[in-house]
Amino acid sequence: MSDNSVRIPASSQTVGPYFRIGLEYLANRNPVPSIVPAGMVEIRGRVLDRDGLPVPDAMLEFWSGARARRLFDGNDAENGIPEGFRRVATDEKGEFALAIARPAAETASDAHFMVLVFARGLLRHLISRVYLGDEVRNDSDAVLLRVPPDRRATLIARADEKQPGLYWWDVVLQGTNETVFFAW
Amino acid sequence: MPDSSMVELAVPGTQPEYHFPPYVSTIARSPRMPLVLLPRTQMERNGPVFGQGLIGEHDNDLTAQHAGNPIGERILVHGRVWDEGGRPVRGALVEVWQANAAGRYRHKVDTYDAPLDPNFAGAGRTLTDESGYYWFKTIKPGPYPWGNHHNAWRPSHIHFSLFGSGILSRLVTQMYFPGDPLQPLDPIFNSIPDAAARTRLISQLDMDRSESNYMLAYKWDIVLRGHVDTPFEEGHP
Repeated sequence: MSDNSVRIPASSQTVGPYFRIGLEYLANRNPVPSIVPAGMVEIRGRVLDRDGLPVPDAMLEFWSGARARRLFDGNDAENGIPEGFRRVATDEKGEFALAIARPAAETASDAHFMVLVFARGLLRHLISRVYLGDEVRNDSDAVLLRVPPDRRATLIARADEKQPGLYWWDVVLQGTNETVFFAW
Repeated sequence: MPDSSMVELAVPGTQPEYHFPPYVSTIARSPRMPLVLLPRTQMERNGPVFGQGLIGEHDNDLTAQHAGNPIGERILVHGRVWDEGGRPVRGALVEVWQANAAGRYRHKVDTYDAPLDPNFAGAGRTLTDESGYYWFKTIKPGPYPWGNHHNAWRPSHIHFSLFGSGILSRLVTQMYFPGDPLQPLDPIFNSIPDAAARTRLISQLDMDRSESNYMLAYKWDIVLRGHVDTPFEEGHP
């Protein structure tokens, strides 16, 4: 049966302060391994509010595209979560860390991660993107070119100087250096 | 005329604004800079797919996760997940979390002086079936106080998190119960400008699925953004 009337999508409500009860199990299945495998990257950073204070009750979801997607059917490997998807919650210092498959990058426009930001105080999740700082295709990325030049750096994760595959990226919800978020 | 090469925006009034001062926590956490329009790319059209292996045996029966019965009003919460075109969303991951019957969350930052229930964790998850159907057996959550303003109380609600056919169909929301007098007083519920959209977050008493001498049922259908068959097709209104 299908009902072909056009329907209006349901309204969003905040995850609130207690989302760990229902959502953290999935984050906990993917701790950052001591050696991050080839094909994956490690991203670390903080979530900060208007006053530069850490946000200890935020949750981020990273998506690196369909090509990195892997179905899980109970017989499959370790944990049931597609390699191109990661959920992570911030700790009491507002810090997060994750390891995720590199973007599928079938085309130049896919050389990034989509990031969804949830927190107490966010009535609707925010959508951002993060680009890897040593990715040469960033210079010609159509979305980065749409972003005002003085704000582009907020979407770029800095490559660690010592550890290959490690990148640093902060999410600033408001104020100086506010991260670029997208309309949806 | 919307530009179909760009990500579609929500129907006006149906989604809360990020900055909504009556909900005080939005003030320092909502962006103030203009949101940037996003072109549609392959990445936005697709999203993660989760399998049955993620779901444990009692994950959608919150009354059966411990040795004893939880205290409170046993209920069935059920419904179907639809896309914007009226097609069922199959295999959607639906995650829920909630307070217990006394209005207390099993969470370290919940300091409300109401009892925890050793037989109730308040978390569940399931995948929708071939017809987009989901169900949870649980306990009706109680209202609880919060620090937003003097004498602030949240209406009874269950938190829902859903993944649809693409990452843009991602939804986190709250399901409310019919006839709750706290709803008109709640800044979170009232952050949605459109009254009809608010009403769509309220479940309906469902006597057809209620079981005599056992439990009441509440029905709640959920519409996610996008289309299952042709996600975010060109020319969609």
